[in-house]
Amino acid sequence: MARGSVWLKRAVTGACVALLVVILGGCSFFGGGPQSVNHPAGSNMQTIWNLFVPIFWMSVVVFAIVQGVLLYSVIKFRRKPGSPEPHPTHGNTKLEITWTIIPALILAVITVPTIATVTDFAKKPDTGITVQVVGHQWWWEFDYPGQQVVDADEMHVPIGVPVYVELRSNDVIHSFWIPKLAGKQDVVPNQHNHLWFTANEIGTFRGQCAEFCGEQHANMAFTVVVQSQADYDAWLAHNRAPAVNIPSSNDLATKGQQVFFTAGCVGCHTINGMEVNGVKALGQVGPNLTHVGSRTAIAGEVLPLTQENLAKWVHNPQAVKPGTLMPNLGLTQDQANQVAAFLESLK
Amino acid sequence: MAQVTTTQQGAQYRRSTIWEWITTVDHKKIGILYLFTSLFFFLIGGILAMLIRTQLIVPDNTFLGPATYNEVFTMHGTIMIFLAVMPLNAAFFNFLVPLQIGARDVAFPRLNAFSYWAFLFGGLLILSSFLFGAAPNAGWFGYANLTTLTYSPGLNVDFWIFGLQILGIASVASALNFFVTIINMRAPGMRMMRMPVFTWMTLVTSVLLMLAIPSLTIGLVELTFDRYFGTLFFEPSAGASVVLWQHLFWIFGHPEVYIMVLPPFGMISEILPTFSRKPLFGYPFVVYSGIAIGFLSFGVWAHHMFAVGLGPVANSVFATTTMLIAIPTGVKIFNWLGTLWGGSIVIKTPLLFAAGFIGMFTIGGISGVMHASVPVDYWQTDSYFVVAHFHYVLFGGSLMAILGGIYYWYPKMFGRMLNDKLGQIHFWTVLIAFNMTFFPMHFLGIDGMPRRIYTYPDGMGWNFWNKEESIGAYILGLSMLLFAYNFIKSLRSGEIAPADPWDARTLEWSIPSPPPAYNFAVVPTVTSRDEFWEMKYGSNEQSTAQKTNLNPTAEDERHIHLPPPSYYPLVAAGGLLAMGAGMVMHGDGMAVSWYIFGAGILVLTFGLFGWSFEPNH
Amino acid sequence: MSDLSQASQAAHIEEAHATTTGISHNKLLMWAFLASDCMFFGSLIMTFMVYRGKAAGGPRPQDIWDIPYTSVSAAVLLLSSLAIVLALTYLQRGNERAFRIWLVATAGLGLLFLGGQYYEFTTFYHEGLTLHSSLFGTTFFVLTGFHGTHVGIGVIWLLSLAWMSKRGKIPAIRAEMPEIVALYWHFVDIVWIIIFAVVYLIPYKP
Repeated sequence: MARGSVWLKRAVTGACVALLVVILGGCSFFGGGPQSVNHPAGSNMQTIWNLFVPIFWMSVVVFAIVQGVLLYSVIKFRRKPGSPEPHPTHGNTKLEITWTIIPALILAVITVPTIATVTDFAKKPDTGITVQVVGHQWWWEFDYPGQQVVDADEMHVPIGVPVYVELRSNDVIHSFWIPKLAGKQDVVPNQHNHLWFTANEIGTFRGQCAEFCGEQHANMAFTVVVQSQADYDAWLAHNRAPAVNIPSSNDLATKGQQVFFTAGCVGCHTINGMEVNGVKALGQVGPNLTHVGSRTAIAGEVLPLTQENLAKWVHNPQAVKPGTLMPNLGLTQDQANQVAAFLESLK
Repeated sequence: MAQVTTTQQGAQYRRSTIWEWITTVDHKKIGILYLFTSLFFFLIGGILAMLIRTQLIVPDNTFLGPATYNEVFTMHGTIMIFLAVMPLNAAFFNFLVPLQIGARDVAFPRLNAFSYWAFLFGGLLILSSFLFGAAPNAGWFGYANLTTLTYSPGLNVDFWIFGLQILGIASVASALNFFVTIINMRAPGMRMMRMPVFTWMTLVTSVLLMLAIPSLTIGLVELTFDRYFGTLFFEPSAGASVVLWQHLFWIFGHPEVYIMVLPPFGMISEILPTFSRKPLFGYPFVVYSGIAIGFLSFGVWAHHMFAVGLGPVANSVFATTTMLIAIPTGVKIFNWLGTLWGGSIVIKTPLLFAAGFIGMFTIGGISGVMHASVPVDYWQTDSYFVVAHFHYVLFGGSLMAILGGIYYWYPKMFGRMLNDKLGQIHFWTVLIAFNMTFFPMHFLGIDGMPRRIYTYPDGMGWNFWNKEESIGAYILGLSMLLFAYNFIKSLRSGEIAPADPWDARTLEWSIPSPPPAYNFAVVPTVTSRDEFWEMKYGSNEQSTAQKTNLNPTAEDERHIHLPPPSYYPLVAAGGLLAMGAGMVMHGDGMAVSWYIFGAGILVLTFGLFGWSFEPNH
Repeated sequence: MSDLSQASQAAHIEEAHATTTGISHNKLLMWAFLASDCMFFGSLIMTFMVYRGKAAGGPRPQDIWDIPYTSVSAAVLLLSSLAIVLALTYLQRGNERAFRIWLVATAGLGLLFLGGQYYEFTTFYHEGLTLHSSLFGTTFFVLTGFHGTHVGIGVIWLLSLAWMSKRGKIPAIRAEMPEIVALYWHFVDIVWIIIFAVVYLIPYKP
């Protein structure tokens, strides 16, 4: 018995130390990443975080009490040689009513601000911009109603202005999540969901799909670019314009343009204002490529946008993103390089 | 005081032939079948967990491709829920409930055997999908419309549907059986408020099962019609709402959580008093809060759907009901602490697991309250924070308690003790490795890592904790191997168990270990809550019945009639399997499929009729 | 007094002593099963309610309903509940022949209802309502078909009971079976009243 209890004490101490290391370690290790929520840059996430922090501290208190009583009881009331039989207590009604009422009060305290915040989130802001977000397997489309701008993989919003996001799905359920700016809202076929937030920091923020939506759910990310109002207006103007003309001096890109308009790419993709030999690119299945060269990443952020990566992608999409709905068109490596040069020049 | 004489009973089960096991209708043997089968499935689920952690150990890993990873995480969830935790609980229902209420068997012994075989076959049908390279891959929750033919054309979803349907039939049959058994087969004097808490929780769980499973079944039927007969239940282009599936699924799915955790609550409520050597603190509160949890569990399903867009009113209502259900859960935890307080605590493996359960389940309960706050859930849902939460509930909670239950009742089941020293090492390694694996998932949730992603890029700040978690998972796996070693070795060479090795309180300990086929030579008359404890230490005289039960003679046994063995339950369950397999083959367009399905119906009917006309006694 | 009714009473007495509540295991099982079955029907009725009136792509309910016809078939099913009550009464009085006649009558009324349902289904089908014409078609056929399956199982059960009674083959431990099948049959009838109201009677928006 004595040996056992020494061993037990050691084990308990060891476990406590290990737990402490994990918790303290955790505090120093989390909070740095591009999707960390604990330094919010948007109003919606800030509200959530402000609600979470007091709940967290209440939880710490409850946690400490329960674990404290548990450890104390197991250590203090251990059976020792010659210890008397315990008093057979069957219960204590007053005590039990007390510990029913106290948690009820704590929970009531949490419920009130919860409901207030839910109601607040559901209101549509009076001012601000609207962005329509369409979830596709496995990339995001961003439409700016009234602006004639349709974009993919990258969402631009001005700082300090409420952004009202309308969520639409083209196929299955997705979930729209920009951790640093706002909580999630599911993107459901046949259902008009929405959320709103105000970004209060200039910069880029990563977001990604949060509802399992099939094979490439993991690679359905996007970037939110928060800009000054002036930069945002300039970006809108640039993206509203039709696609640039490919200078004939750019031989590779010109050849790529020919390939693009003959190999079947136009069946799925749109390039505004471009026509080659009477063929227009008006496809609605894949992302709009009018200004693809000005983006930072492709294919749901699976690769950074470079000419080399574009070539890799159009040459064999399945090798880059297994399961992607973009078909392998059987381009030769040369043709792929040409198409990549063409796309890259679509600034 | 009755110190029980050690009798050599351990050999009883080993003498049994395979045929005896196949035709058995003895609830104890069926319980042991459940135990071994679900431990086997648990092993497979555990291997899948190792694969998941290996894939996530470094960013941009290519160990498993996306297609395989999606199959692996889907099967991990499906197996752990339907083929490990639920049937592990069923193993204890089967073995213990008749012993705890002083009965000789369950109300419907053959239906009970049928439940087991259907469970086994349903599990094998789902697992066989691996052989065809078509394991389910749409998540254990299978959200429509990802599961419709348009987005999941393969057989993967078909295996999942028909496996779950067969498992559902097994569960409902078993639930009905235990409901009737507990209501109707209690020994004289075993009033409801004298029943052991484990039996109480079995009763509540049975009611939950028989009311919750139908919702899943109908959801699966609708999905089947969509996939096989072109109906439009989940077809958005026809105006369908894909959220309907989520309602049907979670009306089942939330009670399901309590189906997995209430029986462990019961086990804890048996282990703690035994090892504290005092009665359960506030028995009526524990029982009533168990009932309250069961009742409320049908009113909280939409808290799985806060981000779906149900609107602020629905979200607020379900947030409130979810807060409510935390109250009875908290009450139970305080009552368990009250049981330990002032006790004379014997530190043995079952007690350690029970204490570990309280600690770990509390963490899961607290994070559950966090998600109940809707806006906080907008962040936490579908992130690793939630993965941490439900592993604290289901592993730190359910499984910890079940492991404690195995250490506690193993002597009764097999007539031999598990090695306590190995058990204690097992406990401490599980506790540490479990926290290494799952606690940092909270941090990853704060760092914005979503669930169900097969890979993640470098530079997200997720590398360190993922690596650390994977190491924790490997240690956890090794620790479980230690348990497997202890379990298997002790079957042959464990210390011979007396009838009452823990100086326990309930009726199952008043009969030999392992119990004879008929359990009680003389059905006891119950006069108090901790009946066996009262027999030993209380005012109750140890009756002659009690002595007879410990050392029954051939004369005592002669008048006991037990239901004869039967192979019809196996036949009927085989018919179900053929029906399921036929449907899956039809998904593959095989011409022979309808014949197999039809043959299945005939075999099922034959089995059912055969067993209806068998004499009962 | 016939063998069966004697056996039935004997079984009652024995069971009453053997069970805690005095209700036999089999009867309690049926009650519990019916509670479970409520949830099966409840889930399907909920589905129907969610999609109620979504008929785009096929005929609307108000275009194809023949309420008088369906009312008659509902009445047939309700009458069968009366028939099974009579069957049980005769059994208690020891008139096993009359018991069998009314049992078969019950099954016959059930079959009549099923025939009516078959006729209704084919009529609707010819008017363009199919499993995949619209959500209305989908939910209508699956819900009423699920109920029809229940009636069908009940008919088989009733007929095999009548047949066994004729051959004097109902074992003593199954002597309570007529009462239990009656429970089931009443339940299936009551569910039809609910379905009839939800599906047919409550008006659809034009």
